[in-house]
Amino acid sequence: MTNLLPHMSGRKFAVIALIGTAVLLALPYFLPPYYLGLVIKMMIFALFAMSLDLLLGYTGMASLGHAAYFGMAAYVTGLLALKLGWSVWLTLPAGILMAALTALLLGLLALRTRGSYFLMITLALSQVVWGIAFGWRSLTGGDDGLPEVPRPNLPLPWSMADSTPFYYFVLFFVVVGTLLLVRIVSSPFGCALRGIRESETRMLALGYNVWRYKLAVFVLAAAFAGLAGCLYVFNNRFVSPDYIHVARSAEVLLMVILGGAGTLIGPALGAAAIVLLENIISTYTERWLMILGFVYVLVALFTPNGLTGLIESLRKRRSGP
Amino acid sequence: MMFWVIQTLNGISFGMLLFLLASGLSLIYGLMKILNLTHGSFYLLGGYIGLAVVHLTGSLLLAVLVGSLSIALLGALMERFLLRRFHLQELPQTLLTFGFLFIFSDLAIVIWGGNPQTMPKPAMFSESVQFGAFFYPSYRLFIIGFGFAIAGLLWWMQEGTRVGAMLRAGVDDEETARALGINVSLLFTMVFALGAFLAALGGVMGGPIMGVYPGADFEVMLLGFVVVIIGGLGSLKGALAGGLIVGLLDNFGKVFFPEFALFTIFAPMALILAVRPAGLFGRE
Repeated sequence: MTNLLPHMSGRKFAVIALIGTAVLLALPYFLPPYYLGLVIKMMIFALFAMSLDLLLGYTGMASLGHAAYFGMAAYVTGLLALKLGWSVWLTLPAGILMAALTALLLGLLALRTRGSYFLMITLALSQVVWGIAFGWRSLTGGDDGLPEVPRPNLPLPWSMADSTPFYYFVLFFVVVGTLLLVRIVSSPFGCALRGIRESETRMLALGYNVWRYKLAVFVLAAAFAGLAGCLYVFNNRFVSPDYIHVARSAEVLLMVILGGAGTLIGPALGAAAIVLLENIISTYTERWLMILGFVYVLVALFTPNGLTGLIESLRKRRSGP
Repeated sequence: MMFWVIQTLNGISFGMLLFLLASGLSLIYGLMKILNLTHGSFYLLGGYIGLAVVHLTGSLLLAVLVGSLSIALLGALMERFLLRRFHLQELPQTLLTFGFLFIFSDLAIVIWGGNPQTMPKPAMFSESVQFGAFFYPSYRLFIIGFGFAIAGLLWWMQEGTRVGAMLRAGVDDEETARALGINVSLLFTMVFALGAFLAALGGVMGGPIMGVYPGADFEVMLLGFVVVIIGGLGSLKGALAGGLIVGLLDNFGKVFFPEFALFTIFAPMALILAVRPAGLFGRE
């Protein structure tokens, strides 16, 4: 558990997690619906960023095509809900399953490479998925996307069209997803992933089938990205090829690095920070893209280890050698 | 028959523009292992600057020179002052080059607006040429010839000159090249500038047939990556072959399967990745 934040004991983490959950549970009583919507978006992107961190931070595989799985799940869930009227208990697993299957197929191609070549291959392969969403107009609506995807209809007295019940719906899945991710990274499987990150050859020498571990984590990460994509399509009630665009893949990479790869809490905070920043800046200027561009450059120049890394190095400096 | 000839020539001329773009991408990756996501911006900014020069002076030759040389300078500055700090660190490099893609993309909209623009053709090539019964725009033929000329020039530079020998040494074994007294750092800046120059050249030359428009930076960057994946990274031959293959696939795909035009490019790419992960001419 200690690797959620470096140098944090299990008990300390449990206390923080409890307080965090309590705050999130109580939020609808404090926040007006508009801000609640913002928090929903933050939570969804936090889950998305944590899913990429499984690859980038824990296994050392930098993917520049992670939005392919987010978008694939969003399209599958959206189409099944919109055209066939399936219930959320079918559309959500179907979306996640399709994301995982896509990752299995593309992973077989991408995993033959590493480093910057892996970045490029994952980028190019995500474009294949984007190309299908963009080109197959009769099914996906092309670049107009799919409007009016219905929110889930649950056998509960509250309508998911209202922001408070939907907030709890998203919170439930994000918490479940996070707990599963915590479980994965602290399991023997997670230890093996960190071993691969540190030295692939050593893991091979120890008898680990590195390739199989990499494929497994590639598919797993895609499944969690898929869950985030499903939640996002319900939130927006809309899906378009933008969900899959390389700009989104790069954005989630930025979130992970900004927060600090290799911790789960870091990418979640990084995601929240970017979503918040976009929201604030977009209200003042139309030049959000340019400012986001500068954020990329500044993160590359000044926080290569992310905010959690920055905190860590400050703490080290304070306590002295 | 006429249809096939015309469509093939269209594909080849587009392929030549892709070659200009991809050769720089490939050279940069081959030497420095940098995945340059700003490459599409070099193409687009080159086009816009060329356009501005045409509007100011009316000279297309000047447009080509100013457009490509100013972008070469921009590339040199980016390499010297930013990318150099992150040698062989792919994540900061990716963030940097992607950040500049956004910055330049938005800057172009601020300066030149959001409407697509077209570069005029040079007067010499504004007509169509006639071969027996059919006509073909002479500008596209000029691009094909120009592309092959640049390919020849690059090949000669790489194989026949001292700088080319240094470049090949740097690609093969950077450390040994440094130990032998080759100024690899200078080589890095030069190659990055050359790549930016070639991309901008493609942007200006392509202006009359492709137009200059917001979003072209993303489009050509992605096509450029497909070209180098198919052809093989770090290989000039690969960039030429890949450019022609993707140019033809793109053109015939749009003609025959408009709904899946992109797929006709990506499916062969996936196939090549499965069979030859290093690309057609790449080294394993």
